[in-house]
Amino acid sequence: MYRYDQFDETIVRERVAEFRGQVERRLAGDLSEEEFKPLRLMNGLYLQLHAYMLRVAIPYGTLSSTQLRRLAHIARKYDKGYGHFTTRQNIQFNWPALVDVPDILSDLADVEMHAIQTSGNCIRNVTSDPYAGAAAGEVDDPRIWSEVIRQWSSLHPEFSFLPRKFKIAVTASEEDRAAIKVHDIGLKLYRNETGERGFEVLVGGGLGRTPYIAETVRKFLPEKRLLSYLEAILRVYNRHGRRDNKYKARIKILVAADIVDFRRQVEEEWSKSDRDRLDAPLHELLRIRRCFAPPGFEALSDESSSLIDARRQSRAFDRWVATNIQPHKQAGYAIVNVSLKPIGKPPGDISADQMDAVAELGERYSFDEVRATHEQNLVLPHVKKDDLYSLWQALDAAGLATANIGLVSDIIACPGLDYCDLANARSIPIAQQIAERFADPEEAAGIGELKIKISGCINACGHHHAGHIGILGVDKKGEEFYQITLGGSGAQDASIGAIAGRAFSSNELVGAVDRLIGHYKNNREKGERFLDVYRRLGPETFKEALYADATTD
Amino acid sequence: MPTLRLTETGIAIDDRRHGEEITLAEWREGVRPEAGRFELSVPNTENIEALADVIRQFAAIILEFPTFQDGRAYSQARILRERLNFQGEIRARGAVLCDQALFMVRAGFDALDIGNGDPDGFKRAIAAYSVFYQPAADKSVPVRDLRAARRVAA
Repeated sequence: MYRYDQFDETIVRERVAEFRGQVERRLAGDLSEEEFKPLRLMNGLYLQLHAYMLRVAIPYGTLSSTQLRRLAHIARKYDKGYGHFTTRQNIQFNWPALVDVPDILSDLADVEMHAIQTSGNCIRNVTSDPYAGAAAGEVDDPRIWSEVIRQWSSLHPEFSFLPRKFKIAVTASEEDRAAIKVHDIGLKLYRNETGERGFEVLVGGGLGRTPYIAETVRKFLPEKRLLSYLEAILRVYNRHGRRDNKYKARIKILVAADIVDFRRQVEEEWSKSDRDRLDAPLHELLRIRRCFAPPGFEALSDESSSLIDARRQSRAFDRWVATNIQPHKQAGYAIVNVSLKPIGKPPGDISADQMDAVAELGERYSFDEVRATHEQNLVLPHVKKDDLYSLWQALDAAGLATANIGLVSDIIACPGLDYCDLANARSIPIAQQIAERFADPEEAAGIGELKIKISGCINACGHHHAGHIGILGVDKKGEEFYQITLGGSGAQDASIGAIAGRAFSSNELVGAVDRLIGHYKNNREKGERFLDVYRRLGPETFKEALYADATTD
Repeated sequence: MPTLRLTETGIAIDDRRHGEEITLAEWREGVRPEAGRFELSVPNTENIEALADVIRQFAAIILEFPTFQDGRAYSQARILRERLNFQGEIRARGAVLCDQALFMVRAGFDALDIGNGDPDGFKRAIAAYSVFYQPAADKSVPVRDLRAARRVAA
């Protein structure tokens, strides 16, 4: 993991002191809420429906056990004993008091954390592959470049007042677990024909009101030129992005208006830039790389007889292994997904005690590392197969052994009308209803991979456009209704879902999802996921099934 | 208008001007400084790079912040300093708030029209950080080079 040196620590401490001063000015009445708003937003502090919400950055989703324990401490001391993992690998606390926020930031700084740029029209916390350094098939650890971007983008003097927020995601694998095609910039590290490492640079993806899949602006960028190229993109955006309409201000609108011209402008800007001065020097790259050296794996046989025995003996454990475990690049190890989607609970929520439990298990079984995923779950990235059964028992005791990763109840949902003052409709209760309908693990496993994503309004924080089944809350004369989109994906086969037709009331929604799944099961061929069948058959038969006996208005 | 100026010797507040202000629109209409020192004000929608030959004739360039959220002038200032090597004054005008002052200074501004702003607040804000990650248009040494220097010294 990356560890702060004196310079990183100085910057974060100075930020805490600066914000403490700003809060004091606000509390003393020297700053109005209007004046204070941009300052608190630079520190991840939102004013929500009922209270302030603090969003804490987890750079590229990587946490140590010490850091996770500190988040538990913050949840207990300053909040209501829980936190909420977001779709951008961050964590939110929903009930902090303004007067406490400087102390919270100071507590975070003690463990090398902060809330810088988790909101505002700036470069947001960079996200990456939650299996970084653990999955096979990576050309390098994407966290090295994620950390380079974190430092470069922190308190950037030119790019802190962009037309709109700006999100960068990095992956180093053909399998896209970071949803790079729905980010303002998606970076895919790979090797070209000559074996040189570089980035495919995708720009202009995004969800929200006008969803777009990112376009490739440069097919191959030598990796050492990353920062100068990012500066060129950001400068073109800062100068030419629309500022007259908040809903047309994201870079995707600029790119979609004329991709050829956009590419020309970026290349022209880049050609004039002082690259050797802007790009990260080799000594710095080597310093950061050393932080991400692989942990001390043991030389093990890939087959674990204790794992095989335990799977035979426990049906529940066997099911959990089948859904929540992914192959590791190191023989004898596994990647463990910890579901934060227990049936009937708000997706992504975790109690302080559970945070402590995961921290303890990360320390004991996973080289002190925990990851947050954009699907609002956690990952223990480096677990010995021999340890899986003990780990599962401990997770189960903490209520964290739900075996549903990638299945129908592993739902992404935004906070919705329960918390958010932008929402038209509630999201969490809908997620809960669907999860409860498919609570039978055998049935859910039989359905296979199915990504349901729920947004409480058109801003699409629940990524409904990228759901195999997407659900969007809409307001119809003061009543909550839900529109269904079909066929979206945020992975390497990214696509934007298409609206199926008339919206459903909350009472009708579970039945509607049920009919879609039934139609899929009736038509699937061996190995096909819901999305595969939808793409093979096309939308019409799914629409027929969806509206077969619906009583919509 | 009180102006906060950063100089080699520190921060000063005065209301000095470098002669008469000419807007870019006036310049384009043919207005020319007769002699001596003048200031040019440039809208933030302007491609400053295309003005390379114009700016050299002025002692100060005034860049605009219509609102504090509109950050286009940060790019203009960096291009002026880093690409066009402009050595005169670059002054920020408009929504110039103390909490953005350090970004302005790092982007290459060396004068801020602070209006009714509290000069001490601005001074505090400009001194709030002692180290910076990224190279920009100011004279600070980025953290990565400080790290390298420390290793060499060790």
